Amino acid sequence: MKHGIELSVNGDLYEVLVAPNQTLLEVLRDKLGLMGTKRGCDVGACGACTVLLDGEAYLSCVMLAMDAVGKKIVTIEGLAENGTLHPLQDSFVRLGGLQCGFCTPGIIMTAKAVLDEEPHPTEASLKKKMAGNLCRCTGYTKVIEAVMDVAKRTGGQD
Amino acid sequence: MEKEFSVVGQRLPMVDAAAKVTGAAQFTDDLVFPGMLYGKILRSPLPHAKILNVDVSKAARLPGVKGVVTGAEIPDRQYGIVPKARDEYALAKGKVRYIGDEVAAVCAIDPEIAEEAIDLIEVDYEELPAVFDPLDAIKEGAPIIHEGVANNTSFAIRKEFGDVEKAFSESYLVSEDRFYSQAVNHAPMEPHAAVAQYDPIRGEMVLWSSTQIPFFLRRNLSATLKIPESSVRVIKPKVGGGFGQKIDMFAKDFCAAWFAMKTGRPVKFVYERDEVFIATRQRHPMYLTVKTGMSKDGMILAQQFLAHADGGAYNSTAPTMMALSCFFLMVPYRVPNLLYEGYHVYTNKPVGGAMRGHGIPQARFAVERQLDMMAERLNLDPADVRFKNSIKAGEPHPGGFVINTCGFADSVQEAAKAIGWREKRGKLPFGRGVGLGGASFPSGVTNMSHISSGAVVQVGRDGAVNVLSGAADIGQGAETVIAQIVAEELGVPYEAVRVTAADTGITPLDPGTFGSGVTVRAGNAARIAAQSVKKKLFECIADELEANPEDLVARDGKIFVTGSPDISIPFGQAIKTYQYKDLPMPLVGRASWMADTKEPTTLFNEPGNFSPNYSFMTQAAEVEVDTTTGKVKVLKMVTAHDCGRPINPMLVEGQLEGSIAGGMGQALYENVIVENGQVMNPSFLDYGFPTALEVPEMETIDIETDDPVGPFGAKEAGEGTQLSPAPAIVNAIYDAIGVNFNELPVTPEKILKALQEKKQAESS
Repeated sequence: MKHGIELSVNGDLYEVLVAPNQTLLEVLRDKLGLMGTKRGCDVGACGACTVLLDGEAYLSCVMLAMDAVGKKIVTIEGLAENGTLHPLQDSFVRLGGLQCGFCTPGIIMTAKAVLDEEPHPTEASLKKKMAGNLCRCTGYTKVIEAVMDVAKRTGGQD
Repeated sequence: MEKEFSVVGQRLPMVDAAAKVTGAAQFTDDLVFPGMLYGKILRSPLPHAKILNVDVSKAARLPGVKGVVTGAEIPDRQYGIVPKARDEYALAKGKVRYIGDEVAAVCAIDPEIAEEAIDLIEVDYEELPAVFDPLDAIKEGAPIIHEGVANNTSFAIRKEFGDVEKAFSESYLVSEDRFYSQAVNHAPMEPHAAVAQYDPIRGEMVLWSSTQIPFFLRRNLSATLKIPESSVRVIKPKVGGGFGQKIDMFAKDFCAAWFAMKTGRPVKFVYERDEVFIATRQRHPMYLTVKTGMSKDGMILAQQFLAHADGGAYNSTAPTMMALSCFFLMVPYRVPNLLYEGYHVYTNKPVGGAMRGHGIPQARFAVERQLDMMAERLNLDPADVRFKNSIKAGEPHPGGFVINTCGFADSVQEAAKAIGWREKRGKLPFGRGVGLGGASFPSGVTNMSHISSGAVVQVGRDGAVNVLSGAADIGQGAETVIAQIVAEELGVPYEAVRVTAADTGITPLDPGTFGSGVTVRAGNAARIAAQSVKKKLFECIADELEANPEDLVARDGKIFVTGSPDISIPFGQAIKTYQYKDLPMPLVGRASWMADTKEPTTLFNEPGNFSPNYSFMTQAAEVEVDTTTGKVKVLKMVTAHDCGRPINPMLVEGQLEGSIAGGMGQALYENVIVENGQVMNPSFLDYGFPTALEVPEMETIDIETDDPVGPFGAKEAGEGTQLSPAPAIVNAIYDAIGVNFNELPVTPEKILKALQEKKQAESS
């Protein structure tokens, strides 16, 4: 039995028919075509599917779509505004905070949630909060540098 | 001093970085086509069994199922990346050889129905005795995994030069030690995926695949589907990491293509994470016995090796892996007398394949560990022993390698200096220590494998530069490096260069991403193609500048006369001039590049040069061992690195940093645990590779050499650097707690046990 629900994604309202066991990740990718959010493990262990719900980082692969009703969902596609990269996106580009780019959307979403909550984290605090996002390419060094650079320059505010 | 280059050597962002940070970059699983079907694979639950019967009738009747296929129906064509080692069917025929072996596949209108259909397939097996360790598998009477392969040994290599026995008898110290390296999964973040679409009118198959080897995949697909190679087009979208695991055709590629042909609809297969762990590839577990003879002052006089690699159920890259493991014992140290015997052995376990370093990390671990142990027995400094045994550029090499540039000796000194070796080694408090590891790696291979790359560079009316390259960018930045090389050659900003890469229907031949050959091979092809464009342009505009074409230079958007930068015309103006002279547009340059060797050689029985050039590095680790918990914290890792002249230092650093994290994983955490053929930890939750919390401070020191073969002096970067972190860390653990660990990974459990034993030995 499917249910009609309304989801707010990147400022737009979508009406979708979902099964009760459908995850937010499945709905974002397979129904809304928002392919920026990645499926890396499907068990909430890698962070590639991270999105924001009311500003907090959530793993969309282990969250039911129906539980996201009434929340403001932001995906990686919702970060750049009017064609201008978000400071985090810009920093990852300039400082080489990515390689293959598969984990990058999830990492940037987590970083945004972290900086919004703690605009000037210490490196140790940042590493702790980013430890749920796996990356096999970068060794994290340039990822952490890219986030710290934004913290320094903008204090983490938009 | 004026910079030698404008674009090469710059820390430029990847050409596709913006697409990757906005979510716009398309990976294979992001592709959706109208009417697309979804496939799933049924895998063997048994490690070794005959397939007596497969009943697909219930699955085929499930509404929404559009196709079912078993091994019995597919052509009798085995495949494999190395032609002489082909031993695999896309779906098993008659027998399964490991838990996870592919038995059947289905496609349906959605993934859930496909999953349900898989559960409805009934298979009758006759279970066979299985074998899980290579040392058991080589024994007489062991179960035979592949008919006709005696002792399950599918590949053996013996290489010898000099007189090992004589050298041992003349040695001051001879040490024989045994080492073991575990199974490591590449764990790329993107699970393997494929989408196929078939045009029944033209008979053309298009396959989008998360692959490192589009052209080899085309060949394997053509052979197994029995359709001409010209009818197969493989397109590589963005690939979410590979590290060697995506060097092979997989069942998902074949089955997507098979069903696309049978149904006339696009078909997608995406592996689950546990399938990536169980049913793709892993770094070969390896037993290695090393016997080394040294003089009193620590010079290596001879080395003898006996290696048994656990290949799992199929060959994959077996001969290449064993060869690399053997050949790269001949660098970075001078080994005047060598005897190597290596065996690739089948077991009823997941399949070994190419993984970052490809057979060499296991060997490097053994050699670097033993070198430290022997240095101590000789009362010598391990840094000094490494330094004095270093090969040198230009000197005759006992194995026939041609070493034009070698920064290894410098790298030992620089890495030692940066970690504070003289002040720290043997002098830190109990629980803290420093260690070194050295390595060398090829930049691709010479022509023994008939491996070459092509490139086409095209300049349009507006001065925009388009490059067609077959190079497979899997996240390492191949397209960026090629854009920088072409931009430098033509004197245009790299933003003006667009690279179209890896579409076997459009781009020129390229072997793909393996063996660290892309920058040198595809980079040289692109550079020569750009030079050809430049030559045509110079010949056309020389008159305008009242100069000879040979005296012109293209740089920073201008073409000028050497030594007189004021006499110049902008690049765009030069293109206009070319056009207005009614010369045919677009301006096109083409090139194919292959490493030069005097004659083809396998190196198995004779000396020869393996690679166009060789990278060298020393890594130095500082660790802290918590003697209460047994946990090891890597505090710092220094890499002193000769990768020639880096085309993009930021990307090179990124490669090093990723290598170190991976090497650390191999040293301390990672292990694919298999019990009776069953992988016990096929998930990120249970496998545990390093997170941001574990990685140490990293320092990179560039030992720059100007290699004559590499484009703008470049050599490989980022694969060799995964060879030495593990021995450097384990050597540092010895310095910290005085225990020699010769089996990987060095887990807290092993450390606590060793500390307890040490305490008992000291008190008794």
